[in-house]
Amino acid sequence: MSVSFFKRIFLLSALILSSLVPALAQDDEHHEGETTVVEHGKTEEGFNMGEMIMHHIKDEHGWEFAHGFKLHLPVILYTADRGLEVFSSKDFEEGKTHNGYHIDHKSGQVHRVDTAGKADESVKVWDFSITKNAASLLLSVVLLILILGAVKNSFAKNRGGKPTGIQRFVEPLILFIRDEVAKPNLGPGYAKYLPYLLTVFFFILTNNLLGLLPGSANVTGNIAVTMVLAVIAFFVVNLSGNKHYWMHLVLPSGVPWWLLPLIIPIEIIGLFVKPVSLMIRLFANITAGHVIILSLLGLIFVANQLGGAGTAWGLSPVVIVFTLFLNLIELLVAFLQAYIFTLLTSMYIGSAIEDNHDMDHGIGYDEEHIIEPVA
Amino acid sequence: MELLTPNIGLLFWQIVAFGGLFFILRSFAWKPILASLKEREENIQSALDLAEKTRREMAAMKADNEKLLAQARSEREAILRGAKETADKMIAESRDKAESEGKRILDQARETMQNERQALIAQMKKEVVTLSLDIAEKVLRKELSDKSAQEKLVNDLVATSSLN
Repeated sequence: MSVSFFKRIFLLSALILSSLVPALAQDDEHHEGETTVVEHGKTEEGFNMGEMIMHHIKDEHGWEFAHGFKLHLPVILYTADRGLEVFSSKDFEEGKTHNGYHIDHKSGQVHRVDTAGKADESVKVWDFSITKNAASLLLSVVLLILILGAVKNSFAKNRGGKPTGIQRFVEPLILFIRDEVAKPNLGPGYAKYLPYLLTVFFFILTNNLLGLLPGSANVTGNIAVTMVLAVIAFFVVNLSGNKHYWMHLVLPSGVPWWLLPLIIPIEIIGLFVKPVSLMIRLFANITAGHVIILSLLGLIFVANQLGGAGTAWGLSPVVIVFTLFLNLIELLVAFLQAYIFTLLTSMYIGSAIEDNHDMDHGIGYDEEHIIEPVA
Repeated sequence: MELLTPNIGLLFWQIVAFGGLFFILRSFAWKPILASLKEREENIQSALDLAEKTRREMAAMKADNEKLLAQARSEREAILRGAKETADKMIAESRDKAESEGKRILDQARETMQNERQALIAQMKKEVVTLSLDIAEKVLRKELSDKSAQEKLVNDLVATSSLN
């Protein structure tokens, strides 16, 4: 009873938080827009908060940990006429043109340019560069393999015994996903999907946490990353859909016939809305968190510009306290969003593999363990 | 809007990275980890089951012991009671026997004493008679040593014994 109560509160706060943070972020972005405009009007050389934030949350060629400390990464381009070309992002430094390629500073897109420096739009450049995000992505994969490899070895070493070392940290998370996410939502067939759910959870968690480090990439706050995760979830859900799932889609039971023309399109739209919501939720939450923290820190520089160094120094302690607080919230959000993504994915899979409308699954889960899916 | 348009390169790397991660972790990490988790849980469960079974057996054994003890106690009591009864009976019997024996001996002694007394009395009577006869003879002999005395006696006797 008390467990389920706690879980409900937790889930409720999770959902409130996940809807609140983007709202806050929108507010902040709006605010920044104004500031930027004012500054643009004042001086061209001054601090541009909007640009600074976009620079931090967007992807780039090369990895700038801090001003002046830049790791150059490979640029991989494919064009129909020239084929595959690989060179270092160092060649694009300071807006240089290399081999007839140029990066548009604003959009970050690579264009073919002619000798006069004019963009040639007729050539489609496929940019497969190891960008900052791609590098961070690969780093997280290596980290995950190393950490989970260590956990596996620890399991093998403490066979049947109590966990030690890193296993003590990771094992509760694995058990949580297995017992609180997979089992209640998927029923007896949970074992088949458990590796996928665990991979999703640990991938998102690791990248969320890496994204909180200073100078790091904003991987889970990138729409391409969350889109791939959502598309994979879409395929996993729909490829495991059984007869009941598809029948429910085209012929929902208990619906009057004249409502069918309305219900069936809604059901079909719902099919796609679910992964889209997964994609946007993760992207928006992580990006919003970064935007808030960056805006807070940016306030110091705005103050410096508007009121001088004294105002900026005076404001700093307040801003730092707020940033610290928001970082703690972001730490929570990192776990929360990984959990929510995994939970919702398992719910969608659960609804696709469900035998009938019996929520019990025949393994004795009571109604208290069933949480209604939230789109 | 650039934020919302996915980059083709990153899409590609994400598919490669996540797909690779999934296939590597599935066989390399999740399978052994989940298997050993399951194994450990089964071990714990079986240990718990065994403990429960043992506990139940112990309880049953204890109940058996109690029963045996109670039985032994009641048996002991029965034996003690029986022994006490027997002893009481024996004491009562021997008392009765002793009483009757004593009475018999007393009776016998009394009878013997009676007989002895009667024999004594009879003997005494005889001896007194003999003694009296002797005395009488001696007296008579002395009295009748002269003629006059004899005559006188005869006369007395005749005088006293009036013939009817």
